Amino acid sequence: MKLLFENIDEPGLNTLEVYARRGGYESLRKALAMSPEEVLAQLEASGLRGRGGAGFAMGKKVSFLPKGSIDKYLVCNADESEPGTFKDRELMQKSPHMLIEGIVIASYAAGANRSFIYIRGEYVHQADMLDAALAQAREAGYVGEDILGSGHSLSLVVHRGAGAYICGEETGLLDSLEGKRGNPRLKPPFPANQGLYQGPTLINNVETLATVPTILKMGGEEYAKLGTETSKGTKLVSVSGHVQRPGNYEIELGIPSREIVYGLAGGPAEGREVKCWFPGGSSSPVLKKEDLDLPYDFDSMAKAGSMLGSGAVIVVDDSTPILDVALKVAKFYRHESCGKCTPCREGTNWTVKMLERIDAGTATPMDIEIMASVQEHIIGNCLCVLGDAMAMPIGSLIAKFRDEFEAHIETARARAGLGASEQALIAQRELAGEVAHA
Amino acid sequence: MSQAEQIEVPEELRAEIEAHMALYPDSRSAALPALEAAQRVHGWCSPEAIEQTASVMGVTPAYLEAVATFYDMLETEPVGRHSIYVCTNISCSLCGADELFQAVQAAAGADPEFNVRPFECLGACDIAPMASVDGVYVGPLSIDDVPQLLDDVRSDRPVLPEKQLARRICADTEANA
Repeated sequence: MKLLFENIDEPGLNTLEVYARRGGYESLRKALAMSPEEVLAQLEASGLRGRGGAGFAMGKKVSFLPKGSIDKYLVCNADESEPGTFKDRELMQKSPHMLIEGIVIASYAAGANRSFIYIRGEYVHQADMLDAALAQAREAGYVGEDILGSGHSLSLVVHRGAGAYICGEETGLLDSLEGKRGNPRLKPPFPANQGLYQGPTLINNVETLATVPTILKMGGEEYAKLGTETSKGTKLVSVSGHVQRPGNYEIELGIPSREIVYGLAGGPAEGREVKCWFPGGSSSPVLKKEDLDLPYDFDSMAKAGSMLGSGAVIVVDDSTPILDVALKVAKFYRHESCGKCTPCREGTNWTVKMLERIDAGTATPMDIEIMASVQEHIIGNCLCVLGDAMAMPIGSLIAKFRDEFEAHIETARARAGLGASEQALIAQRELAGEVAHA
Repeated sequence: MSQAEQIEVPEELRAEIEAHMALYPDSRSAALPALEAAQRVHGWCSPEAIEQTASVMGVTPAYLEAVATFYDMLETEPVGRHSIYVCTNISCSLCGADELFQAVQAAAGADPEFNVRPFECLGACDIAPMASVDGVYVGPLSIDDVPQLLDDVRSDRPVLPEKQLARRICADTEANA
């Protein structure tokens, strides 16, 4: 079932003319004929959970905003910086009005009168498409003062970032939108109470907001019939890495993960097997090939010790050393750490150094213990989850591929001419003993 | 006369920065778009670019310098005018991005016209390995594409048109059924 991606490549869908011909902005009319409370009830009934990574119930998030006539803000998080994620890009480029319509409806429910789309600076083409669509929406009276005579007014600005992963974190994004360095803030207070310019702010991901017109069209209860008990609706998944048909796919939540990796994306090349896969971006703990039978939804992924995250499935086949994967991931988070919290700043740096030691042949098996303990000390000890975003996948790689890390240490030591470590000598002796018995 | 008034700012740049400032309840929110505009005029966030932006925005140059150093797309040193960002993050790297980056670097890294950089995930893993060339996404790239890519940029032609992401249709075949 395609809700967001239905005829996504229809020529001119990015224009108001084609979008309106397909029933675009009808959901907005429907919403404005209801009270904001009724719109909110539809969102809550839909069971829609945030599509950006945290999976928080969207309706509940809206309901957290204080009532009354204070200045309230809506911010659309279009920073899409989690490695492996590229779904919002396709949506914004091809169907920008769907997002704009969703923003206007959500702002009505939340009572927000100023809104912003914070889009990552690298998405030049997508930002241009949004700007063009926004100009048309303004012209048609869907954005601006007294929208369609409803009395609801909303300004909307497309704000371009300038390259920083951390600005996808909601409070880092807010600081960046205020013209500062994108350092995350201490929570609480949460943005719903004190967000942009210290005002109550609703922050949602592109896909979440783009789903809102569909919910109004179908009705919240109808939408909730899709998916599973706790993961309602459809989800865009971005599949990449070692698959034959990488790309974005719209799936109903709860289908077997194997169906995504093999059925849709074609699996690894002929003769190769899945070694591990990230179910929700590079910050999600990795799963192994036997986990491919798990249903792909929020709770099944959490129960397996990982997370659905942004819906970015990254597949690694058996041709890639696990150390390469770990090093790539760790280096990224080291680069992107803002440096504010010590466990993250130092932890990402030392993890990279230890992984490099392993590869250089100067590590001992003890380094694996130290590295694992560094990850444990990062988690939960920083203002934001950037450090955790490295610690979770690295911790899972160590736990699930310990043998390979140990073997890598030994091979690299031998290559570097340092000789095998003590443990390896014991292992060799045991092996020799077994051979003698045979 | 205050110091801010003594700084000359190109009229177009001033107008662009002021237009950005007018969009926000707090004009300081315009820092990123303003610096981006100044970078377009000056080629990088030079001390001059920062001073001009600061004088229009009514903030200190030090404030803007702190902002500029935080973001990857704001250049705090002189760079070539054509940017080639090669994504070297996990998905692209699994598909050969590190070799691709080295090939681009070897072919254009020494050319002062180019700003060749390895870049964190650009959000286009469906066309891995890929690059953003002056903001245009192209991929999947092979090392054999590099000469054509550079030639297109040097001759001001659209870069590798058949490999531009903007033209790609959705991978989900049922999406356009």
